[in-house]
Amino acid sequence: MELNILWFWIIAAMFIGYFVLDGFDFGVGMSLPFLGRDDTDRRVLINTIGPVWDLNETWVIVAGASLFAAFPEWYATMFSGFYLALLLILLALIVRGVSFEYRHQRPESEWKKWFDGMIVVGSAVPALLWGVAFANVVQGVQLDAGHNFTGSFFDLLNPYALLGGLTTLLLFFTHGIVFVSLKTEGDIRERARKLAVRSGLVTIVVAASFLLWTVLAFGSLFTAVFAALAAVALIGSFLFNLKGSEGWAFTLMAATIGLAVLTLFASLFPDVMPASNDAANSLTIANASSTPYTLQVMSWTALIAAPVIFLYQGWTYWVLRKRVSRGTIEAAAH
Amino acid sequence: MNEWLDPLLLSRWQFGLTTVYHFLFVPLTIGLALTVAIFQSAWVRTDKAKYLQLTHFFGKIFLINFAMGVVTGIVQEFQFGMNWSTYSRFVGDVFGAPLAFEGIVAFFLEATFIGLWIFGWDKLPRGLHLATIWLTTVGSIASAYFILAANAFMQNPIAFRINEARGRAELTDIGELLTNPIALASFPHTIFACFMVSSGLIISVAAWHLYRKQHADTMRPALKFGMWMMVISGALTTFFGDSLSLAMTAAQPMKMAAAEAMYKTATGANASFSLFTLGTPDGVSELFSVRIPYLLSFLSTHTLDGTVEGINNLQAQYAALYGPGDYTPTIWITYWAFRWMIGLGIAHILVAVVGLWLTRGGRTPAAAWVWKVAIWSFPFSLASMSVGWIFTEMGRQPWLVFGLLKTESGVSPNVSGLEILISLIAFTLIYGVLAVVEFRLILRAVRQGPEDAPVPDPLTGETPQRVTVY
Repeated sequence: MELNILWFWIIAAMFIGYFVLDGFDFGVGMSLPFLGRDDTDRRVLINTIGPVWDLNETWVIVAGASLFAAFPEWYATMFSGFYLALLLILLALIVRGVSFEYRHQRPESEWKKWFDGMIVVGSAVPALLWGVAFANVVQGVQLDAGHNFTGSFFDLLNPYALLGGLTTLLLFFTHGIVFVSLKTEGDIRERARKLAVRSGLVTIVVAASFLLWTVLAFGSLFTAVFAALAAVALIGSFLFNLKGSEGWAFTLMAATIGLAVLTLFASLFPDVMPASNDAANSLTIANASSTPYTLQVMSWTALIAAPVIFLYQGWTYWVLRKRVSRGTIEAAAH
Repeated sequence: MNEWLDPLLLSRWQFGLTTVYHFLFVPLTIGLALTVAIFQSAWVRTDKAKYLQLTHFFGKIFLINFAMGVVTGIVQEFQFGMNWSTYSRFVGDVFGAPLAFEGIVAFFLEATFIGLWIFGWDKLPRGLHLATIWLTTVGSIASAYFILAANAFMQNPIAFRINEARGRAELTDIGELLTNPIALASFPHTIFACFMVSSGLIISVAAWHLYRKQHADTMRPALKFGMWMMVISGALTTFFGDSLSLAMTAAQPMKMAAAEAMYKTATGANASFSLFTLGTPDGVSELFSVRIPYLLSFLSTHTLDGTVEGINNLQAQYAALYGPGDYTPTIWITYWAFRWMIGLGIAHILVAVVGLWLTRGGRTPAAAWVWKVAIWSFPFSLASMSVGWIFTEMGRQPWLVFGLLKTESGVSPNVSGLEILISLIAFTLIYGVLAVVEFRLILRAVRQGPEDAPVPDPLTGETPQRVTVY
C-alpha cells in the first residue's frame, strides 16, 4: 500500500478518535437542559467530562495538523472553502472550553446560568456543523482548476448535508447521554438511560436514512458494508441500553460513530474532495498528498507515538473510572 | 472593491490580532506550569505546608489562564487553511510536519496530564500526581519547540526543494528542518522569556499581598522565588536573544537593518545602536538620536569592526535577485518594536535585581512606591514578548516565507473580504469579552490569597485529601 493511502485511513482514524471522544463531550454539553434539574445535577454532568474534554478536543488539533502535513491541498481547500462554517465551530469550541473552566469559578447562579447556556450552544453547534461539513465533502463541492472552493456558504446547507448534520447531532447527543448513564449514579443515571432510549429511536431513524442515502448516492460495496455494520451497532447499542447494560451500549455507540466515519471515508475513496462541477478538478489521494518522504517521516512518528499515546490516554480514563455522584459533588469544595 | 474589504489586509489583521492575543496566554501557561511543578516538588520533598499552599494558589491562576491558551490555540491551527490556503498548499509538505508533531507529541501530553493533575489529587499517589504536572510542563515546552521550528522555516527556509510542477516546497531533511539555526536560538530565547512573564506575575502578586502585610509566610518566599527566576531567566533570555540576532543577521540581514532603521551600510564605530531617535515618522530622516557606537556591529557580527548592511543596499540586492518591488519592512514598526522589546525586558529584570537587593537578608522595604513599582511591573515582560513577536513577524515582510513566497501571494483567493471582516469582528468581540472575564477572575483569585493549609483530623491524625470538582 502506498503511504498516501495509509495516511488517508490514518486521517480517518484521527477523526474517529475525535468524534468518538469529543462526541460524548458534545452530548453531555447538550444534555444540560434535559438532565440537569438543579445546579448539582448540572455539576454532576459537567464533572463526567471535566478532566477529559481538553484531551478529547486535542484530537481535532492533531487531526487538523496531520491533514495539513499529509494532505496540504485537502486541508487548504476544505478549510478555506468552509470558512464560515469553521468560524462557527471555532467560536463554539472557544465558548464551550472556557465555560467548563470558568463556570465553577464563581458561586452566583446568574454567572453559572450564562456558562450553562454557552456550554449547550458551544456543544450543539460543532455537533451539527461537523456533520454538515463532512457530508459536503462526501457529496462534492464546486472546485475550480486550482482546487479552490467556488460555492457559497449557503450551497453547503443542502438537504443531504443538513441530514448529515442532524445525524452527527443526534449521534453525539445519544452518545453523550449513554456516557452519562455510564459515569453517574442514582436518579440521574436512570433518567439518562431513559432519555437515551427515546433519543436512540430518533437517532436510529435519522442515521439510517443518512447512511442509506450515502450508500445509494455515493457508495460502493465497501461503503455498504460499513454502513450496515454502523446500523447494526447503533441498534445493538439501543438494545443494550434497554437492558441497562451501559458499558455495552456505550461501546457500541462508539463503534457506530467509528463505522459511520468509515462509511464516509470509504465513499470518498480514492477522492478526498470530489468536485461536483467537473471531475477533473477533484482532489484525490494522489494529487492532494505530501511527498513520500514527508509521509515516511510522519509514519515513523505516528508509529512510535501511537502506542504511547494510547497507553497514557487509556490509563487516564482508567484512573478516572469512578462514577460521579451528587454526594461527591456536594461534599467537595468548590 | 471597497478597500476596507481587502481580504489580504483583513487576513493580516486577523492573524496578527489572534496570534498576539493567543501569545498573551501561552507564556503564562508555560511559565506557570513550571512554577507550579517546582512548588509542588518542593512540597513533596519537604512536606512543608507553605509549598502546598503556593502550589494551589498559583495552580488556580495557572488553570484560569490555561483554558484561554487552549481555546485560542485551535484558531491558530485552523486559520492557516482558512485564510492562507495558497500558503498552506505551498508549504504544507514542509511546514505541516512540525505542526503535526506538535499535536502528536506535545499537545496530547499536555492536555491529558493537565486533566489528571487537576482531578488527580485524591486519585493518584503523591509521586505520580507530581509527575502529571511535570509532564504537562514538558508538553507545553515541547509544543513551543515545534511551533518555533515551523516559524523558523518562514524566517529562514531550509531543508526543502521547490517542485516546479506542483508549485510547492517539498521537505528534503526533517533533521535539518528541526535544527534550523533560527529555531535553535529562538526556542531558548522564547522559553526563558516565558519564564520572565510568569516570574513577573509572581512578583506582582506576592508584592500585592506583602504590601498589605498579609500572607507573608507564603508570599515572601514566592516574591524571592519570582525575583530570582526573573533575574536568571532574564539573563538567559538576553544571552539567547544575542544568539538569535546573530543568526537573524545571517539569515535576514534586512530585518537587522530594519531593527536599527539603518539605511546606509556601516562598519565598526559607525554601526552604532540608537537608544532613542527622534525623526520623521517613516524613519527616513533623523533629527536627534542617542547612540552607542560599535553596539550594532557587535550585536550583528560579534565583532567591533563588523559591517552591517544598510536597507538601501539590501533593497537594491533583493530587487536584482527577486525582481522589482519593495523589500523593506515597515521601518517605524520594526525600529520601535525592537527597542520596546529590549527596554521593557530590561526594565523588568531591573525591578527584580533592585527587589532582591532591597529584600536581602530578611529586609523589607518600607517605601510604598517600591511596592507599587513591583505590583505594576507585571505587564513589562508580557508587552516585551508581544512587541518582540511583532518585530519578528513584521521584520519578515513583505515575505511570508522569506525569499520564496510573499505575504500578498499566500492569502486564500476564494474567501471574500466580507467573510473575513465577519470573522475578524467575531474574534475581536469574543476575545475582548473573554480578556475582561479572565483578567477579573485572575484578579479575584489573587485577592483571595492562598487557602489555609489543610489541618490534620484531630482523631485520626490524617490530613484530608483534596478533592477537585467543577
